[in-house]
Amino acid sequence: MNLESPQAVAAALRSVDYLPDDRISQVVFLANRLDKPILVEGPAGVGKTELAKALSRVTGKDLIRLQCYEGLDEAKALYEWNYKKQLLRIQADVDHDWEEIEQDIFSEDFLLTRPLLEAIRSENPVVLLIDEVDRVEVETEALLLEILSDFQVSIPELGTMEARTQPMVVLTSNNTRELSEALKRRCLFLHIDYPDAQREQEILAARVPGLSEHLAAQVARVARSIRSLDLKKAPSVSETIDWARTLLALSIDDVDEDILGDTLHVLLKYQTDIEKAAKELTSSPQA
Amino acid sequence: MLGVITGFIDELRAAGVPVSMVEAIDGMRAVEAIEIGDRVALRETLRATLIKNQRHERAFDTAFDVYFSTVPLPDSTPVEEGTRPDLPSADGSDRAPFDIDALLDDLLQALAGLDEEAMRRGVRTAVDELAGMEPGRPVGGTYYLYRTLRRLDLADLEARLIDALTQDEELSEFDRRLLREEVEARLEQLRQEIEEEIRRRLVADRGRDAVARTLRRPLIEDIDLMHATTKDLQEMEAAIGPLTRKLAARLARRRRKRAGRLDFRRTMRKSLATGGVPVEPQFRHPRPHRPEVWLLCDISGSMATFSRFTLQFTHAMATHFSKLRSFAFVDTIDEVTDFFGAGVDFGSALLRVTTEAEVVWLDGHSDYGNSLETFNARYGRQLTPRTTVIVTGDARNNYRAPRDKVLGEIAASARALVWLNPEPRAYWDTGDSAMSHYATHCTSVHEVRTLRQLEQFIEELTLPGTRAAQNA
Repeated sequence: MNLESPQAVAAALRSVDYLPDDRISQVVFLANRLDKPILVEGPAGVGKTELAKALSRVTGKDLIRLQCYEGLDEAKALYEWNYKKQLLRIQADVDHDWEEIEQDIFSEDFLLTRPLLEAIRSENPVVLLIDEVDRVEVETEALLLEILSDFQVSIPELGTMEARTQPMVVLTSNNTRELSEALKRRCLFLHIDYPDAQREQEILAARVPGLSEHLAAQVARVARSIRSLDLKKAPSVSETIDWARTLLALSIDDVDEDILGDTLHVLLKYQTDIEKAAKELTSSPQA
Repeated sequence: MLGVITGFIDELRAAGVPVSMVEAIDGMRAVEAIEIGDRVALRETLRATLIKNQRHERAFDTAFDVYFSTVPLPDSTPVEEGTRPDLPSADGSDRAPFDIDALLDDLLQALAGLDEEAMRRGVRTAVDELAGMEPGRPVGGTYYLYRTLRRLDLADLEARLIDALTQDEELSEFDRRLLREEVEARLEQLRQEIEEEIRRRLVADRGRDAVARTLRRPLIEDIDLMHATTKDLQEMEAAIGPLTRKLAARLARRRRKRAGRLDFRRTMRKSLATGGVPVEPQFRHPRPHRPEVWLLCDISGSMATFSRFTLQFTHAMATHFSKLRSFAFVDTIDEVTDFFGAGVDFGSALLRVTTEAEVVWLDGHSDYGNSLETFNARYGRQLTPRTTVIVTGDARNNYRAPRDKVLGEIAASARALVWLNPEPRAYWDTGDSAMSHYATHCTSVHEVRTLRQLEQFIEELTLPGTRAAQNA
C-alpha cells in the first residue's frame, strides 16, 4: 500500500474505514518515512488502538500487541528462557560434557519469545502495538528504549538480536502519568482529541452502515453537547457509535428529548453523569 | 527556512517548552521529508517532533502562527506599509462610507453556508476596516481583536445565524440547544480567523521575534496559582490527575525489601512443572502500605484562587486515596471529606464547601491559631502514626496569636506534617505572615506557587517511615 504522501496515507486509512484528520495522516506518513515509533495520547475511546489496527490492515502486516499493565516485566515483554526444556535437556544428556551442554541450552532453541522480541525477529514486517504504556512503572519503561531507538534487543547469554525487518511501532497512552523524557524523545508525538462534530459525523457514516445523514449529524451534535458538560467520563467515539447503532436498531430516525433520555445509558456509564446530562439536555429530568 | 525553524525552536524554548537537541534535529530531518509549501503539513510535522506534551500545544500554536504566517495572502495589498494613507486616526474615528451591514450579510452567508473562502474574505475586510491597526505599536493584538469584535457584534450575529438556519421551522427546546451550540462553534471559528489575521498583520508590521515576545505567555505549569484565571484552572485540571496518582505512589512507598517471606505452598506447586525441582522459589507479596492523608486547606478570601486549586487537588486525590480526610478553615475548621465522595463532580462539591462548611467563627478573616486549636481538640485524637497531614495556606494570620505549639502537638501524633505555601519564599514572615513560627514544627515546608513546583514537591517527597524515627 502506498504511504508516500500524507494524502495517500489518509486515503489508505479511509479505505479501511478509519477516518484520519490532517494531524493523524501527517504523523503516520512521517513515522513511515523516518522509521520512528508513534506515541499516541488522548482520552479513552478516541481511536488510539484502532489506529494501530487500521495500519496493520492498510499495510497488510501482522499486528503484534503488547498490552501493558502494572507489574509487566522482561519475562513477559521481551523473552524468557524455557527452563523446563532446558532441564529436560540436561537430564536427558547426563553423559555429555557440562560446558557443551551449557553452550547448548542457552541457544535460540530454548528461548521463549515474547511480543517485543517476536516483533523484531519476525520474518515479515509487522505492526507492533504497545498498548497503554502509561500503566507500566517508570523502571519498566526502560525496557522499551533499546527497541524503540535501535530496533534491537540485547540478551546477555546470546548477544544482541537485531531486527530482521523494521516493525512499525505504535505506543498508546491514556496519560495517567507522565512518561519519561527518554521515551518521548524517541517517538513522534500524536495527541488525538475528540473529533469535531463534522468529522464525528463522517466517522459515524463510515462505521454505521444504514445511518441517515440527518441522524448522523444529530448524534454528532448531541455528543458534542454532552462532552461540553463537566462529566466524570465523557462519551467516547466508540460509545457514540454504539449509540448510533442502538438508534438504528430501534428504527428511530429523529432524536428528541424522550429518546435521548431513554438511551442515555449507552453514552454514559456513571449514574451521576446520566442524571446530570438528563437534567441539562432534557426538560423532564429522569429519575 | 533553516533560520526560521531555529528561530522558532528558540522561541519555543524561551516560552518554557523543553525542546531537546535530538528533537530539534528530528524536526529538521522531518521537515526535509515533506512539502515545504504545505502549511498544515509543516505545522503537524513540527508539532509531532518538537512537542511531547499536550500542555505545550497552546504555546506551540501561538509561536507557529507567528513564525510561519508569511504565506502570501491573496488581495491583501493594503497590509504593506506606507500604502495605507486611509488608516483611521488613533481613536478610530470613522471616515469613508464603509458599509458594515453589507459585511455582516456576507459573513452571515459564509457562516450559514460553511464557505471558508468567503469567510476569510470577510475577515480580511473586517480587520481592514474595523480593527484600526496602527503600524509600529508594540501590542499583542488583543485590543485590535476586541475592537473588531465589538463592531461585528457577535451576539447579534449569533441570533441572526440561528434564524437563518432554522428557516422558519418550529424547533423544540432540545433541537434549539443543539443548533445554538453548532452556531457557537462556527462563531468561535470566526473569532479565531480574525485573531489569526490580526496576528499575521502584526508580524508583517513588526517582525516575528518582536511579536512572539509580546505574545509569549507562561506555560500552564508556570502560571502563578494565586493569580490563575478560571480558564487556566480548568486547563490545569487535566494535569492534576497524574500528579495525585504520583503522590499516592510516593506516599505508599516503603523502603524496598526484596520480597516477602517464602511461600512454601506456591513454591512446591510451581516445582511440579519442573519435575519436583524447586527452580523458582515463590515469595509472599509484602502487604502494600495504605497511605492515610489529611488535607487542611485555608479557604479564606486572600487565598481564593489558590484554595480553588487545592480543592480541585483534593477532589482528584479523593479518587486515589481511600483514606483521605479533608478539612477547610478560615478562622475555624470543619471537615469537608463527605462533600468529595465518589462520583461527585467538582462543581457541586465546591458549592457545598462554600455554603455548608462551617468555617467562619468570628469575622471571617484567617485565624490559623484558632483553626489549628479547634482541629486538634476535635480531631487530634484520631491522628495515627500512619497519617500524613498536609496544610495548604499562606500563614497570614491577621496579626493574631499563631499558637504554633498546637501544630507541634499535631505533628507529634502524625507520621509527617507538610506545609505548602503558595507565596514566594521572599514574602514569608513579612507583614502578618507567621510562617517561620509554624515551620519549626513541620517535617518540611514547600513553596508551591505553580504546578511545576507542586510536581517538584511530589518528586522530592520523602517521608519518615515511622513516627518513632521522627521522635527519637
